Amino acid sequence: MQSKSHGKAWLLLLALPYIAMLWVPSYNSAEPAWLGFPFFYWYQLLWVALSSIIVAVVFTMTRP
Amino acid sequence: MDMVAIGVFIFFFVLVTVLGFVAARWRRGDLANLNEWGLAGRRFGTMVSWFLIGGDLYTAYTFIAVPAAVFGAGALGFFAVPYTILIYPFAFLVMPRLWAVSRRHGYVTPADFVRGRYQSPLLALAIAVTGIIATMPYIALQLVGIQVVIAALGFPTEGWIGEMPLVISFIVLAAYTYSSGLRAPALIAVVKDTLIYVTIIAAMFIIPARLGGFAAMFARIPIDRLLLKAPSADSLNGFSAYATLALGSALALFLYPHSITAVLSSKDGNTIRRNMVLLPAYSLLLGLIALLGYMAYVAGVDKLPEYAPYFKTYKAQFAVPALFLHMFPSWFVGVAFAAIAIGALVPAAIMSIAAANLFTRNIYREFIRPDCTHAQEAKVAKTVSLVVKAGALIFIVGVPQQYAIQLQLLGGIWIIQTLPAIIFGLYTRWLDHRGLLLGWLVGIGFGTWVAYSNEFKNANYNLHVGALTIPGYAALYALILNIAVSVVASALCRTLDRSARKDSTVAGDYEDVPLAELEASA
Repeated sequence: MQSKSHGKAWLLLLALPYIAMLWVPSYNSAEPAWLGFPFFYWYQLLWVALSSIIVAVVFTMTRP
Repeated sequence: MDMVAIGVFIFFFVLVTVLGFVAARWRRGDLANLNEWGLAGRRFGTMVSWFLIGGDLYTAYTFIAVPAAVFGAGALGFFAVPYTILIYPFAFLVMPRLWAVSRRHGYVTPADFVRGRYQSPLLALAIAVTGIIATMPYIALQLVGIQVVIAALGFPTEGWIGEMPLVISFIVLAAYTYSSGLRAPALIAVVKDTLIYVTIIAAMFIIPARLGGFAAMFARIPIDRLLLKAPSADSLNGFSAYATLALGSALALFLYPHSITAVLSSKDGNTIRRNMVLLPAYSLLLGLIALLGYMAYVAGVDKLPEYAPYFKTYKAQFAVPALFLHMFPSWFVGVAFAAIAIGALVPAAIMSIAAANLFTRNIYREFIRPDCTHAQEAKVAKTVSLVVKAGALIFIVGVPQQYAIQLQLLGGIWIIQTLPAIIFGLYTRWLDHRGLLLGWLVGIGFGTWVAYSNEFKNANYNLHVGALTIPGYAALYALILNIAVSVVASALCRTLDRSARKDSTVAGDYEDVPLAELEASA
């Protein structure tokens, strides 16, 4: 078992989706395209999965 | 009229009607008790909650409006994707706390919590009224979803005959919500979500193939539509608009009474946390649905003469129905349209229950009949749920649809103003109820003024910082103002009034309820 205060550090990971999505200049481009999708679209759809994984990791590590 | 499509559509409609009534017997509870009728006894596990919350948040209006925005405006409409990404990390943190304190104190609504935390009936009233007013046009907009598909099926839409399908579907909805409470939308959500997933997965195989594949489709969209307008020397343009829309909408979503109702019906904190991991599946779906807007654009459905009259009436909102009619075989049009119509019924039911809970707990019991029994409370809530739906129906039949859309726009600006009292309140009692009330008032005033100056066409506010313009979502700017006023006014109140702050909750109430305690009180 981890100590409670140690576990709380995992919560910081939850900031990642906010940084990635609010930093619009990082993804407002058509290239590199993937499977026919312009970067703008596949990158954001990829973040749907990434943010779900991040929340899953935080849940596992901080589960009360 | 396409009889095959109509037949399939009616089949699914009858199916969910039966389910709606059967739901009263599902996981039996005493439906004459508000905790059972309005929150289904707080016993839903991960699977049911996933369907219920997903069916609740991703409404028919979303499925019509998001692709309509992409169809009409391009990349900016895609903000729905970052929006639905940013909801969950936030809700993962705060919602288990709201659930725990509500479970321990028997709170049914967010205003109940505010009442308990700050001991201020006036602040609780402000929260309740904001919730009710923000929810009403949202219910009305669900009707738009039904209206559009009924028209697309070829039914006449003029005169009182034209309103009949809508009226019938709402009477049916009102009847089973009245008798089964939250159990009805929970059960129906399973059908709704299955139909939506099937429809969209099929659409992703069929439609791009007919347009020559995704690469060919995207290649036919002009680059200024495909990407956001980049900042210039004097304005952040599309960048700040996109980011603030995503963040503001994400913060607002879990403040809506219907979202909180669905969350409170979960059986424990970890059920909620697990759902914040699993609900993004719907966001992926919404992202694909958004792309339907581009498919409709490339297919040029608005240029086809057979759909011209519909586009004249419903504008971009007809993009997706037209695309389905154009691309799908009849029977599958029936499935897809049933998905949209049933997609309207689930959130409409939960919204009317949430509004009824607010009225009953925070207006009726607080100000009209403080000594009412549990049975009377449930009775009033059931009746109010009927009144709320009747109101929405009259609204959508009686006044131009544009008003419902404008009010929904205002609703988003208003509901986010309850954030400081509810969300900050889950962590600290430092803020003063008078400060919060003033902040709420200033936030609502500013946001409403912005919408008014834009003639209710959009919620954009151009913030000027020196020579730089930062266009953004007015709800978020109004919230920042609200927070600033709440903090300053609270500091002032604390200096002038040193009497102890009243609070019926203690720090431990916000931590997860241990299993033994849950079982003991069940």
